Amino acid sequence: MSDITNTPAAEYEAQLGDYFALLKPRVMQLVVFTAVVGMLAAPVSVHPVIGFASILFVAIGAGASGALNMWWDADIDAVMKRTVGRPIPAGKVQPGEALALGVALSGMAVMMLALSANLLAAGMLLFTILFYAVFYTMWLKRATPQNIVIGGAAGAFPPVIGWIIATGSFSVEAWLMFALIFMWTPPHFWALALFMRSDYDDANVPMLTVTHGRPTTRRHILAYTVLLAILAIGTGFTAIGGYIYLSFAVVLNVLFLIGAYRIWQRDEGDAEGDNYEVERKFFRLSLFYLFLHFGAILIEATLRPYGLGGW
Amino acid sequence: MPLNVEHDLHGRRKGRNVGVGLMLGAFVVLVMVLTFVKITQTDFATGPGAVGPASGTAPVEGN
Repeated sequence: MSDITNTPAAEYEAQLGDYFALLKPRVMQLVVFTAVVGMLAAPVSVHPVIGFASILFVAIGAGASGALNMWWDADIDAVMKRTVGRPIPAGKVQPGEALALGVALSGMAVMMLALSANLLAAGMLLFTILFYAVFYTMWLKRATPQNIVIGGAAGAFPPVIGWIIATGSFSVEAWLMFALIFMWTPPHFWALALFMRSDYDDANVPMLTVTHGRPTTRRHILAYTVLLAILAIGTGFTAIGGYIYLSFAVVLNVLFLIGAYRIWQRDEGDAEGDNYEVERKFFRLSLFYLFLHFGAILIEATLRPYGLGGW
Repeated sequence: MPLNVEHDLHGRRKGRNVGVGLMLGAFVVLVMVLTFVKITQTDFATGPGAVGPASGTAPVEGN
């Protein structure tokens, strides 16, 4: 009798969608968007086919690091409400399959980006994958409450890679876009940690809320938001900024600062009273915040050839 | 016992296999188009890999 007939008919057969879910499609959207903005904001134009292919390989590389993250963090994901439905804890995909997919796609994405764009972009993609999958996932996340702060850099590299795809080199503007995401990540995740209150405790992940308490986390959110606002508005006066970006930045940062101030003023009693309404609002605003900042950079870049964008 | 051509397993994996096939096909097309663009964009006469006087490098003289 063959092995095939031994397979129980009731056993779940992983579908393509389950493997796709391993690539963290929602994170991939952010990676694609910020990388595209980085590429288009650069002062060098890219052939559409080369640009499309290069961004696709960046997205695949980011997805691969997501699969590696899910392989390593399967134990944590299984105890957190937010992640219990992921393919590995849900029993849809075996951990070994996630590892194989992550390694194979990482190698393919880096090699193809080297061919479609340049070696520096491929090197940065490899560095980003290793930073996220090894440095953040395997070490930082379980070791220090600064996990989100330092690990946030992994999510901040895509616009730099996009810029390098176009120019083949680094520049101050690329690092400003990096800094925007880097400074945005801690308040974004700490707000989430405040209202997903038991998740990180249950998983023994040393989030700031668990190790230093909630009042400290609230102070940290305000401090990072103040620094972020200075950076975001300051970026408006550089080569990637302009009147449109600056208008967006001022409005968004005033709203973000008000949200952070309200979070800082509250204690746990107030927060439990309205089921973390202020924290939830701040978290939702943070999603629009990043999207609109990069959207404004994109608008400036798109209008520049017509003499309208920039200063 | 003869092995049925259409085992239940084949049915369950069909969607997955078709999906992988389509993705591989799309990848081949993408690499082909990318190669075409790269070749047409590169100026082989004066590019960095070019040989001869047009490359701007003087030919090496024998001893």
